[in-house]
Amino acid sequence: MSAATYWYCLRSIIVREGLRFLHQRERFFAALVRPLVWLAIFAVGFRAVLGVSIIPPYETYILYDEYVVPGLVAMIQLFNGMQNSLSMVYDREMGSMRTLLVSPLPRWYLLVAKLLAGVAVSIAQVYVFLGIAWLWGVEPPPLGYLAALPALLLSGLMLGALGLLLSSFVRQLENFAGVMNFVIFPMFFASSALYPLWRIREGSPALYQIAAWNPFTQAVELIRFSLYLRVDVGALLWVVGCLALFLGAAVLAYDPGRGFWARRGGPAEQA
Amino acid sequence: MYDTAIPAEPPPLPAIHGPPALAVEELGHSFGKCVALDRVSFAVAPGGFTMLLGLNGAGKTTLFSLITRLYSNRTGAIHIFGFDLRRQPTRALEQIGVVFQQPTLDVDLTVRQNLRYHGGLHGMSPSDCEARAREELARIGLADRGDDKVRTLSGGQRRRVEIARALLHRPSLLLLDEPTVGLDADSRRHILTHIRALCREQGLAVLWATHLMDEASDEDSVVVLHQGRLRASGTVRTVCAETATASLPAAFAALTTGERPP
Repeated sequence: MSAATYWYCLRSIIVREGLRFLHQRERFFAALVRPLVWLAIFAVGFRAVLGVSIIPPYETYILYDEYVVPGLVAMIQLFNGMQNSLSMVYDREMGSMRTLLVSPLPRWYLLVAKLLAGVAVSIAQVYVFLGIAWLWGVEPPPLGYLAALPALLLSGLMLGALGLLLSSFVRQLENFAGVMNFVIFPMFFASSALYPLWRIREGSPALYQIAAWNPFTQAVELIRFSLYLRVDVGALLWVVGCLALFLGAAVLAYDPGRGFWARRGGPAEQA
Repeated sequence: MYDTAIPAEPPPLPAIHGPPALAVEELGHSFGKCVALDRVSFAVAPGGFTMLLGLNGAGKTTLFSLITRLYSNRTGAIHIFGFDLRRQPTRALEQIGVVFQQPTLDVDLTVRQNLRYHGGLHGMSPSDCEARAREELARIGLADRGDDKVRTLSGGQRRRVEIARALLHRPSLLLLDEPTVGLDADSRRHILTHIRALCREQGLAVLWATHLMDEASDEDSVVVLHQGRLRASGTVRTVCAETATASLPAAFAALTTGERPP
């Protein structure tokens, strides 16, 4: 197995993911409309309710619109991670995941390649959203767009790995609504995406603790700081740690010897 | 005295060039308490055509999942051209092409995009992929459909594309899990003839799982699986002789009506 082999494999997985994404225009628009609705409606309504004081990484008073953009960027990645998780379950039920797993390359590599492909798609969406947000008047420093790229890669991988891990627990597609209710919404609302942590502490110290431990909060802060050319070291370590944890567990869950398939069989056997 | 003491010579083995294409040895697997496969052993010779017969639930799909390493067997071993699937999964999987029971093409992508994806998964360079895709599409008579979306193809054509895809990376062992289910008689015949020709002309070893008896011919090797156990293996003729029956369906019925032996 040469390096070229690995590269061709990764390339073809990314190309396929990109092609599939382009074919699902509704998915593209849904992915874009969701954060735009938040920005154009929710943020405008909230602007008057929620004053945001000067907190790092911001150096002046900012409008709520500006505060909420990094959170919405992370939301795009969260939804993408879950969307990929959903398509993993779907592919598993439909059997098309087998064409992936019959590749002679190591399975951990196939999973990472699949993750990277999903993240590539999510990053494309993020930049389109940031472009529209710029037109809306949210203008981080130009270099921030570049500095955010590694942060987006890490947070996208972390949320994607979480989705991958969840997909190994979800036996059937129908159970996926549970993931929405018990993962996406709590993760999103109990985080610093919509309101700063100090605001949450005023409301409820317990919720503050939850939000501070929430990996999604750390992803939001990592993106927020990088967009303003700062590094939040704590968030960085937290995101990298969670990525390692989720990815490690997902690789174990999909391992041929120890994973869930060996215990309960493929989709055809369950039928 | 000396001449009578010579032990009977074992009959000469047929000339073997290297290890079998597929060797399944004492293979066992269970899900919880449910035993899906119980000490199954058989082999497929290089260039040989073997039919795997079994009713639904006989363990065919579990066997295929194990051979394609969707998950690993609990006991026993699988060797593919001598490579242990557990210890050298990469070398073993490189030799295999698979056509799964469920259709697995992306219907929104073109035929060529599907083939390219598969080639990439096997580490083929784009130019190699392109060349092989042309060859294989020509062979299945779909050379002019490469840029059409899979959605526009008939069921039989899709199956042929899946066979082309499975052969793209030049495997030496082709596994097909119920490849003709849901196809009309014409498409079934077409695919069976195609695979037999590949076997004859290219020395491809084939394991073909089915529950349709009429797909086997007298010269084929068959492996009969029932309730997770191997009930018979050999040529159709020997299996008929062993069960004292005149035809494969009768032999199969005789082998699969009995309850699981203690």
